[in-house]
Amino acid sequence: MATQGAATSDFIKNLGRMYGTYTGGFLAFIILLAVLEQVGVPNKILGYLFVFFTLAVYAIIGVMTRTAEVSEYYVAGRRVPAFYNGMATGADWMSAASFVGMAGTLFLLGYDGLAWVLGWTGGFVLVSILIGPYLRKFGAYTVPDFLSFRYGGNFARFLGVIVLVACSFTYVTAQIYGTGIIASRFLGMQFELAVFAGLVGILLCAMLGGMRAVTWTQIAQYIVLIIAYLTPIIILSTKNYGIPIPELTYGQAIVDITAREQQMLANGLTTAAALKPHIQPFINYSPLNFFAIIMCMMVGTASLPHILMRYFTTPSVREARQSVAWSLLFIFLLYFSAPAYAAFSKLEVYTNIIGRDLTAIRPWLFSWGELGLIQICGKNASSIDAIVAACKAIADHPGVVRLQDFVINTDVIVLSTPEIAGLPYVISGLVAAGGLAAALSTADGLLLAIANALSHDIYYKMIDPNAPTIRRLTVARALLVGVAVVAAATAATKPGDILAMVGWAFSLAMAGNFPALVMGVWWKRTTATGAICGIIAGFGLCLFYLVTTRYFPGAGVKYFGMTSLTNPLTGAPLVDIAKAMALPNAMESFPTLAHPMANKVGWFDLNNIACGLLGTPLGFAVIYIVSKLGREPSAEMQAYVDEIRKPRGRTVLEERTT
Amino acid sequence: MADSTSMKEREEAHWAKTSRLMFTHLGIWFFFGFVIHMFVKPLNNIVIPILGFPLGFYMAAQGSLIAFVVMLFVFAKQQDKIDREFGFAEED
Repeated sequence: MATQGAATSDFIKNLGRMYGTYTGGFLAFIILLAVLEQVGVPNKILGYLFVFFTLAVYAIIGVMTRTAEVSEYYVAGRRVPAFYNGMATGADWMSAASFVGMAGTLFLLGYDGLAWVLGWTGGFVLVSILIGPYLRKFGAYTVPDFLSFRYGGNFARFLGVIVLVACSFTYVTAQIYGTGIIASRFLGMQFELAVFAGLVGILLCAMLGGMRAVTWTQIAQYIVLIIAYLTPIIILSTKNYGIPIPELTYGQAIVDITAREQQMLANGLTTAAALKPHIQPFINYSPLNFFAIIMCMMVGTASLPHILMRYFTTPSVREARQSVAWSLLFIFLLYFSAPAYAAFSKLEVYTNIIGRDLTAIRPWLFSWGELGLIQICGKNASSIDAIVAACKAIADHPGVVRLQDFVINTDVIVLSTPEIAGLPYVISGLVAAGGLAAALSTADGLLLAIANALSHDIYYKMIDPNAPTIRRLTVARALLVGVAVVAAATAATKPGDILAMVGWAFSLAMAGNFPALVMGVWWKRTTATGAICGIIAGFGLCLFYLVTTRYFPGAGVKYFGMTSLTNPLTGAPLVDIAKAMALPNAMESFPTLAHPMANKVGWFDLNNIACGLLGTPLGFAVIYIVSKLGREPSAEMQAYVDEIRKPRGRTVLEERTT
Repeated sequence: MADSTSMKEREEAHWAKTSRLMFTHLGIWFFFGFVIHMFVKPLNNIVIPILGFPLGFYMAAQGSLIAFVVMLFVFAKQQDKIDREFGFAEED
């Protein structure tokens, strides 16, 4: 034991040197590939080298950090220093949606897109002040562990597992989908094949070493993803404005965009109806939905099990708090750069594409047009001939690209920035490797959360409490593979709409977990019955609103008094309910995903992404009222809550680890 | 017995201070997360010199984010100070 302890502390001491060397090695690798590009190695090979080299590194870390100890498998032995846990949380947190999707959303929505930026950062304040450090002191392996202990046993645990699986599975599907998109686009693999290739990468990282392996690979993945995200815009900012800090220089780009918007209106390149001014608030989301999305993303952050469990791995409560601060700092580096991507791309599109003669379109556009990701005049912009032909078909077309002619898929913004800036292919490969790191690291964390809940909470705690360690870990690994395959199979069906799916995951987590977790720590009087009723009511209402508005809008209108959502700018309804209800398929549901009313009806004009805003207050109210009606929790339980509130001393829950 | 009453008192005082700190930070969080963005339109009339950002846009894109990061580091320090004051902090 003594020698093992010494080896471990050596390992922790050497972390700085190890990851420093790793970062240097990665930079050297980029330079090597840049040289290879100059001597004429084809782009496709460079792309493969990028993806396979980085995947191999993650896999090696995963295999090297394999473990046969339960506490290593579930909480990395609780000795990850605050700074490194912050980095790992950063990678855990930032998904394909953040890396690839965020800048595109900001491009399309302008100011209103910032609701996502705010929502996905501010929630860490709630993690630190309300929940995270207290769960660390409690000493859980999983979030349902806490619910079970505080709220009288396995029924609360089971509810916790349901909430966890519902939100994490929605989320992990979106990640594997993102992995598939990136791999298919850069490696030219078939989408379904790319999904399963990504899956192998994920499994190699997570399966043998559980939390311990995921932690050390996530740190490596964070380094790759942040270098990949910042490099292109730093170069672009230096090129255009002479200062390598894009976060400062894009203010100028916004000024230019605003001026150009007026100019386009004056030149007839756009109409007042088609133009959405970049800095004008509340034209895509009404103020209610804007603030509702911020609230749901923030509170959801503080309720997502795969994030909370990262703070179970720190050596102390103090470090758990510091670690939340480091996490947000590392996340902040990406999120405060995303609006710069959006602004630079928009300026490029507005000045160099809109208003340009159809025959003089720049060629970088065509490779995305071929994939159907950029359309001009309603057709894929695959070549000059195709564009000219498509625009000729429109009456009175002036022969130059107008704003309303141009449609771009949001994923393209980040991926095409290196090309727009005229950078060598090696930078594009770097961005692809970064996107892959973002998707893989989040998928790892989520899969681990699901598999741990199933193996620890369901199998070990509920089915076979006497299971020996070896069998517990074997079950955990088998479940991990099983869940991963199911998630990949779901992703291969292309469920689509990543941002909405991620939004749902947050709302579900928020409604199911937040009231019970917060009340459990902050109000001793909370009873088991109260919490159980609160979880069911809050999560149930959120799920009901989501499923009804998405899959059964006809029933929502007919039986539950839902009305059409309205256009935030004009106040007009999005769908004519009377007309839609008269259609023969009005009451059809599940299979008709193209239902005219799907996602367009609701109560109080509230978007279903923000359904947590309905469920969470209900959850709090039910917990309060039912707890007040019941008997006070036992003195013993109240003493445990006091213990959770004091950082000093042993953890409340002591696990049998051998 | 005297020991356990003083323990009880210490626990209560510690928690009262912790709660106060929590509400303070919750207030600041609400201000930067929501209140300030309700005034985005008037704030957009102010332009940050040299950089060129309209202030309302800047607060949502960067200002509030910086506030959140700073808050978290400050909170970790403050809560640790409270824990130490009452002797509930972990050993270093």
